[in-house]
Amino acid sequence: MWEKIKDFASTFFVTGDPLIYGADVAIVLTTFAIIFVLTYYKKWGWLWREWLTTVDHKKIGIMYLIASLLMLFRGGVDALLMRLQLALPEMHFLHSEHYNAIFTTHGTIMILFMAMPMMFALFNIVVPLQIGARDVAYPFLNALSFWLFFFGALLFNISFVIGGSPDSGWLAYPPLSELSHSPGVGQNFYIWGIQISGIGSLATGINFLVTILKMRAPGMKLMDMPMFTWSVLATCILIIFAFPILTVTLGLLFVDRFFGGHFFTMDGGGNPMMYVNLIWMWGHPEVYIVILPAFGIFSEIVSTFSRKKIFGYKSMVFAMMIISVLAFFTWVHHFFTMGAGADVNAFFAVTTMAIAIPTGVKVFNWLFTMFRGRIQLKQPMLWTLAFIPCFAVGGATGVMLAVAPADYQYHNSYFLIAHFHQVLIGGVVFGYLAGIYYWWPKMFGFKLDERLGKWGFWLWNIGFYVCFMPQYALGFMGMTRRVYTYGWDLGWAPLNFTSTVGAFLMGAGFVFQIWQIAYSIKHGERDRTGDPWNGRTLEWSIPSPAPHYNFAVIPQVKGPDAWWEMKKEMQQDGTKKKPVQLKPIHMPKNSGIPFIMSVFWFIAGFGFTFSWVWMAVFGLIGVGICLLARSFQYDTDYYIPVKEIERTEKALGRAV
Amino acid sequence: MRKPRLLRCIQLIIMAAFAIIVLAGCENQFLVLEPRGPVAETQYQLIVVSAILCAIVVIPVIILTVFVVYRYRDRPGNKAPYKPEWAHNTLLEVVWWGIPVVIIALLGFYTVKATFALPKPPAPTAIKVQVTSLDWKWLFIYPEQKIATVNYAPIPAGVPVQFEVTSDAPMNSFWVPQLGGQVYTMPGMAMRLWLQADQPGEYFGQGANFTGKGFAHMQFKVVAKSQAEFDKWANQIKKTAPELTMDGYRNLAKPGLADVMSFSSYPEGLFEYIVNKNGGPNHKHHSNNHGTGHETEKHDMSGMHKHH
Repeated sequence: MWEKIKDFASTFFVTGDPLIYGADVAIVLTTFAIIFVLTYYKKWGWLWREWLTTVDHKKIGIMYLIASLLMLFRGGVDALLMRLQLALPEMHFLHSEHYNAIFTTHGTIMILFMAMPMMFALFNIVVPLQIGARDVAYPFLNALSFWLFFFGALLFNISFVIGGSPDSGWLAYPPLSELSHSPGVGQNFYIWGIQISGIGSLATGINFLVTILKMRAPGMKLMDMPMFTWSVLATCILIIFAFPILTVTLGLLFVDRFFGGHFFTMDGGGNPMMYVNLIWMWGHPEVYIVILPAFGIFSEIVSTFSRKKIFGYKSMVFAMMIISVLAFFTWVHHFFTMGAGADVNAFFAVTTMAIAIPTGVKVFNWLFTMFRGRIQLKQPMLWTLAFIPCFAVGGATGVMLAVAPADYQYHNSYFLIAHFHQVLIGGVVFGYLAGIYYWWPKMFGFKLDERLGKWGFWLWNIGFYVCFMPQYALGFMGMTRRVYTYGWDLGWAPLNFTSTVGAFLMGAGFVFQIWQIAYSIKHGERDRTGDPWNGRTLEWSIPSPAPHYNFAVIPQVKGPDAWWEMKKEMQQDGTKKKPVQLKPIHMPKNSGIPFIMSVFWFIAGFGFTFSWVWMAVFGLIGVGICLLARSFQYDTDYYIPVKEIERTEKALGRAV
Repeated sequence: MRKPRLLRCIQLIIMAAFAIIVLAGCENQFLVLEPRGPVAETQYQLIVVSAILCAIVVIPVIILTVFVVYRYRDRPGNKAPYKPEWAHNTLLEVVWWGIPVVIIALLGFYTVKATFALPKPPAPTAIKVQVTSLDWKWLFIYPEQKIATVNYAPIPAGVPVQFEVTSDAPMNSFWVPQLGGQVYTMPGMAMRLWLQADQPGEYFGQGANFTGKGFAHMQFKVVAKSQAEFDKWANQIKKTAPELTMDGYRNLAKPGLADVMSFSSYPEGLFEYIVNKNGGPNHKHHSNNHGTGHETEKHDMSGMHKHH
């Protein structure tokens, strides 16, 4: 019996690496610390009522934000481990399989469990406030989306200490990811972690599309919407068309692995190329899914901090919509070298280049928004200004990669690695960080410290160029991605060493940002006005942080930059405000079902991962019961009485 | 002002380090930028043209950014005009929709031209080499010489060489940067790639698509020799090297690393056998309208040529 248990444990838990044992200890200690703190301060009830069961989009946004920052840390540590291993030739810091697992989890986590939730954080926090709504269209579904993401990410992350991580690359090309070449459970963790969180992503896409289309404040036409809301709309359309492809693709891979199917296997009539096509039919729109909201953020920030209307609003909207259509017609450029033929390659080369046109137009529009404005170099604006040259260069190397015959030389080399990190860090990460700095006061009621923020900013930026510019050169020297080691004779050492230094500078930048948050919680400048940046859109018209019903009275919108115009009007009318008639506010009730249902999904995913059918079935039954329970729940909403609204508004310093 | 100085100091050190490394880097081999054959040469020219066309847009954008931020920054007494309502100008919009369209059209033209031209060798290929990526080594079969090698591939210099590539392991990518771009090696397919080395020499090659544990060690050398020397080498291998039997191949195909090896013979039709056993026939129905073994018919480095 004892032997059996020992046997099981040695395969169930990942063993043999001091780094893993260190992580085990850290995880156990952290868990105990959290349980202790919650119990000691009697906070379990608070946690359940205020957070785990909440359907408030602002709280869900904050949970997304915390989760994404944790994942940024995890993915960042992965990156630093990789850079350490590659700092010098023939290093023995990580062995091959460990390195392979780390680059796989780095990629998967950064895209799916860092960028996506950080984007959803901003969707949640900003969109309803920007369009003058009191919540999203489907608040219950919104909570479910978050918890599905959370437990999907959890399932993916525990593979680190239980069972073993996936190690066949972030897109898990078969046949390498098939049972024949990856017999372990790592690949199952990958499939189920992504599947579960993927359902959440799809639901969020639907949710925000409906929210934007149906819940705008009266008077706000589509062409009056703030640019960020427009970008979310474009992204949601992309999500709705792209994510089902991902779900089906991974579903087929699961059938191959679990039921012995032959969709993508080497033998039995399988065709791995089909997988490569399918995964990129999702994968390419996915990169536009994460970049478009960043474009939206930059538009808001450039306009606010130049104190000027956004230049070429119609052109900007048009450009964004073109991008979201073209995004579906470029996927083959990820594998020009797979041999689709000259005609196919020529088509996809041209569509890929064409996408640079609307993107370039957006850059010019931002520049001309600043032109004849008054530019304030606050933190959000700094990140925006760092983005423009960085993204311009990244976009240019993207166009170079689109030249199909030349791509035969760039493909899978460090040139490619440098390119997509430049657009994803310089575009997405800089964009989301800018957005976080910008809307932070709205979320928490205080600004983040400028001084520490500047340290973070410069370390990130210098670190970025030191890290990734050498990688372009390494690509020209023939260094391919995903090699865990290389020889002294190739001449790759100096540039790799430089790149590692840069990566650590970025890591230091992140540490400064965490310090900045910790410091600002205590010392940050409080925002008593609700409008710390002299903003232009509706979210700045309400107190910071916003009360849970957002708007005591739904605003009447007359055109773009609604809040800016209202402020101008108020100045002309003097300060007197028309008395408003408060009405009871209709709000959704909290629910524990999203959390519980996601726990069951987690159990099901875990069962499928280890091929424990009883556990998978148990989990799925639990999911079914939760669905039924929700179907028979009729008491899902309530009204906030006028008295309570008055009390809240007074406490926030607003005249009612 | 203690902090900015410190910051500048760090910046200076980093830039100095960077400069030293870049200068030191000049001795290194920027393989892609030092083409040694017509395919790599064409690709190199495209890289240069596309870089220049991109620079035409990117450099003005960066200069404009610096200028705009400097001129319109918010400080007391800034005399630059401030027009908060100025948000549209048709002429400007036409300019920055128009210029990128022209540049992309130009680049697109060159790209399409090269995409169609590159798969065709200028002259009939002189020799065929069948390449198989294994876990984690490269097998080269010379059907005309009836010999085989592992992890190194001598070729005659100055003539186009027809490579046929497949995989008996997860898909990899066959890449010899100084001779030309890569092409995927895929189980069940025989894809074609023609390359040429203008001069005798040793050229670094490697697998470029991740295939698991030993992937980083999948490097090989392409050795270009004069035709006479190549023939001499082939004859010598024929006389002195051991045979590659079917069992020998099965052993070789097992996951693991391998040294450089040579074989005086190999089982008849080994390459076709490898393609077929990994589903070659299954892929037949959507193959193109040409057979195999006729090198002069259609040389499509990016075409899916299947064996029948």
